[in-house]
Amino acid sequence: MEQEKQKAALNLSLVMGDNALILGHRLSEWCGHGPILEQDIALSNIALDLIGQARLWLSHAGKLQGGKSEDDLAYHRDVFDFHNFQMVETPNGHWGTTLLRQFVYDAWHHAMLQKLVLAQDEDIAGIARKSLKEVNYHLRWSSEWVIRLGDGTEESGAKMQEAYADVWPYVGELLQKDTWLTELEQLIPGFQADEIISLWWKTVREVFSQANLSSEPMDWLYRKGHLGHHTEHLGYILAEMQFLPRAYPDATW
Amino acid sequence: MASLETIEQALEKVKDPEIPVLTIKDLGVLRGLERSLDGKLKVIITPTYSGCPAMYTIEQQIKQVLSRLGEDAVSIETRLDPAWTTDWMTEEAKQKLQDFGIAPPEGSSADKRALFGEERQVTCPYCKSRNTFMKSQFGSTACKSLYQCKDCGEPFDYFKCL
Repeated sequence: MEQEKQKAALNLSLVMGDNALILGHRLSEWCGHGPILEQDIALSNIALDLIGQARLWLSHAGKLQGGKSEDDLAYHRDVFDFHNFQMVETPNGHWGTTLLRQFVYDAWHHAMLQKLVLAQDEDIAGIARKSLKEVNYHLRWSSEWVIRLGDGTEESGAKMQEAYADVWPYVGELLQKDTWLTELEQLIPGFQADEIISLWWKTVREVFSQANLSSEPMDWLYRKGHLGHHTEHLGYILAEMQFLPRAYPDATW
Repeated sequence: MASLETIEQALEKVKDPEIPVLTIKDLGVLRGLERSLDGKLKVIITPTYSGCPAMYTIEQQIKQVLSRLGEDAVSIETRLDPAWTTDWMTEEAKQKLQDFGIAPPEGSSADKRALFGEERQVTCPYCKSRNTFMKSQFGSTACKSLYQCKDCGEPFDYFKCL
């Protein structure tokens, strides 16, 4: 029993931590390239929150793995050991694509954290409580942008519809009742994966309808990022992100 | 060995590097001081935001200030829970923010508006007008939003509720 709980806590920490790390890294690529200064700053702020949360989750995962550090996990694992969804490693595309990806992720992240604050494990509940306050702001911001662009000009609406076609095939992974998700019942009494999924749909439907975006069903690519199956993009991210600590293993600040 | 009172007083010198008018005590970042039976001193702090880049500098400053008191074996614990909230900011701190040109958090963090609700009314720290609007939810640091006053025209930072 104790062992199963530990396994559930580790898998969860790796999924949450790796998603935050890789998405945070992707968003940081916008720094200095945003369409206007305020929004450049907004994305950099969100990237910073996500990297901060990644540190908390990966520190916790490292502790559960017998004393590894957050840096061991961030810098010394290869593609197949990363547990993030494929969606967060996809290239940023244009502003609308980044925003739409951010929104569907924020909606998922927000739904997850609302449940994780109820975890009996105080470390997990603590990280979730801290993150939820920040993710409230992320979700509000990305929702407002999806509506503004979707319901904006003819051109912005068309670009958002295009972004939908790019992002949607990756959404399936957020909505699967995979083992790492269903085993959360070990940590949260009465946990049901369906609740996360229906919370997500509720937010997405509400915002899409205000944004006049049509969400025609599309096939989902489903390749199990949480089991280490990734697109070719993740390798390039890691090559950049991990270069320094791998080339100079003893480097310190 | 300095008393915890002296230490707390000394820590008044540790300012938030991003808002240099506020001490870590004003902000509620300093959560406690503990002296164990074998004399070791522990300083407990909490981050405002998970990714707050000021935390490292704050830790360094705490160590520096305490080493001047002869406290060299200090451990610093970062405690996440309970999560930091703007409610912990003292009234004095809010006044200092205002005088520095940053609008202090208004109301309590407990009053969460829905996904889309009315925007919060914020007072311009320069001309005190309430006729202001939010330009961007995210500002120069993680803890601030960017506002502009419609009366005096000045843009200003608002320390957002968390």
